[in-house]
Amino acid sequence: MKRPPVWTAIFVMVLLGGLYATWQRVALGLGAVTHLSDLFPWGLWIGFDVLCGVGLAAGGFTLVAIVHLFNIEKYRPILRPAILTAFLGYGLVILALLFDLGRPDRIWHPLVMWNPHSVMFEVGWCVMLYTTVLMLEFSPVVLERFGWRGALQWIKGIAIPLMIAGVILSTLHQSSLGSLYLIVPHKLDPLWYTPYLPLLFYVSAISVGLAMTIFESWHSSRAFGKQLEAPLLEGMARLLAVIQTAYLAMRFADLWNRDALGLLARPRAETGLFLLEIALMAAPALLLYRASIRRNPAALYACALLAIFGFIANRLNVSVTGMEAASGTHYIPKWTEILVTLMIVALGFAIFRLAVKKLPVFAES
Amino acid sequence: MSYAILFDSTRCVGCRNCEGACAERWKIPYNETIAAQERLSAHKLTTIETHGERYTRRLCMHCAEPTCVSACPVGALRKTTPGPVVYEPARCIGCRYCMLACPFQVPTYEWGERLPKVRKCDLCFDRQLAGKPTACAEACPTQATVSGDRDELIAEARKRIAANPGQYYDRIYGLHEVGGTSVLILSAVPFEQLGLRSDLSQQPLPGLTWNALSLVPGIVSVGSVLLGGIWWITHRREEVARAEEKS
Repeated sequence: MKRPPVWTAIFVMVLLGGLYATWQRVALGLGAVTHLSDLFPWGLWIGFDVLCGVGLAAGGFTLVAIVHLFNIEKYRPILRPAILTAFLGYGLVILALLFDLGRPDRIWHPLVMWNPHSVMFEVGWCVMLYTTVLMLEFSPVVLERFGWRGALQWIKGIAIPLMIAGVILSTLHQSSLGSLYLIVPHKLDPLWYTPYLPLLFYVSAISVGLAMTIFESWHSSRAFGKQLEAPLLEGMARLLAVIQTAYLAMRFADLWNRDALGLLARPRAETGLFLLEIALMAAPALLLYRASIRRNPAALYACALLAIFGFIANRLNVSVTGMEAASGTHYIPKWTEILVTLMIVALGFAIFRLAVKKLPVFAES
Repeated sequence: MSYAILFDSTRCVGCRNCEGACAERWKIPYNETIAAQERLSAHKLTTIETHGERYTRRLCMHCAEPTCVSACPVGALRKTTPGPVVYEPARCIGCRYCMLACPFQVPTYEWGERLPKVRKCDLCFDRQLAGKPTACAEACPTQATVSGDRDELIAEARKRIAANPGQYYDRIYGLHEVGGTSVLILSAVPFEQLGLRSDLSQQPLPGLTWNALSLVPGIVSVGSVLLGGIWWITHRREEVARAEEKS
């Protein structure tokens, strides 16, 4: 399958732009390439590249749990692509961190300098450990390709504890990204600040993980001219609808519980952003209850896309827009920040494509 | 003995001697342009703020239970026994979670540097150890800023309010904010009129994240057993089915 030349051209342009921004970042520092400031220290790279990147990788642990731990074998054909997505996602999150950290050369410090009272410390350890687990979970694909039987046997021997560790590390990591914001009760808008942030981050990660799995299956089936695993995706879509509904119920129960629903009557920018986020999340949840929509590949794809956008809107609201009012400043990412983010996303697509072409991702021997 | 600063905004004349003395102590350049910037930055670890006729000061509050210390993943920020919250640049990875976490928006960053550090006031930790007042207190011509023992300064603040009830807003900022701070502020008007947040909780903030972090060991142990159990049951069912097929 040939890629349309226009996509190749866009990819090359994004890559060149990103490399220019990278050079600026390294040569001139954070101030020159970002609109971050003392009043607004976290922006697009944390809000999108890290928070969304980790969330969008959640399909990996969800499918590992479904196939290996719950032993629902029929989902096995989409397990490997999901693990690949997760592994790539975490790799790109680490890349994004190298851009965002003021001292990327010290990224290893949390290994030897401990502060167990810091959520960031937990986040750092989860990133390191889960990336290792994902590498091992994905390694059979590479080992099969090169026929290294011995190593393959060894991985199979530790498979079950490895997968349990992966699910637990994911649980901790997805929720801890929400815990990060527990420390800012006076800065994050009450439409989003709640003591239940870790739980809400966890549940929304599971549902977006399913949406991502549907999204990438659809793309792979088009790119490689293979049959869409329709009954599988229909099952996932139903699960997505149920989890998304549960999530939205939790969101509103929490707002009700905190007497924060009244805020929605006020004409603020936050109200509009909140409603947009909820609409993007609620639409696929409601639509996917209809069997006719779940069975229609185009509609199914559109719903998955809506769910992904809803998730991204949520993470950006928590990390950027919900933090603006209290910060006393406005933050709009600089073009170099956007270029780096685009480059990272483009790299994700390109590496996924390459891996699927060269490695037995879709066919387990 | 716990070091603290008492800033009485009713005595401040806005001369900015504190800013100059602070810059000199940190060996940071200080000039008219910087003096005119009324906000904390990597060039300015304390600043005078003009609010109409009144002046106030901004600097690190040196919380009793600092949010930044709990937030820092690598322990680069530390609460010392005598009170100052100090920063060890060699540990810092530049995640800037301390800046996000600080309820007073105090830590600042060297955005223009290739190898940047966090910057914030350390309450002249070394000077205090040597028995000297902070550089800002020493430079203050009207004694609007004085440094000393926290309990004594609280007593002094109460005495001033009692002696001139009409002149002061009847509260000490920093006595209870986020569990108490080592910088105490007196004002003639309600604190929000000086740009200080008066809606901060009286509870220290690190407890908020600790509530979640303390669940980690439980999630790991219960989670492992639970997932292991689920695996065993689902695979056992398969084995039994296979055995039954054979017989």
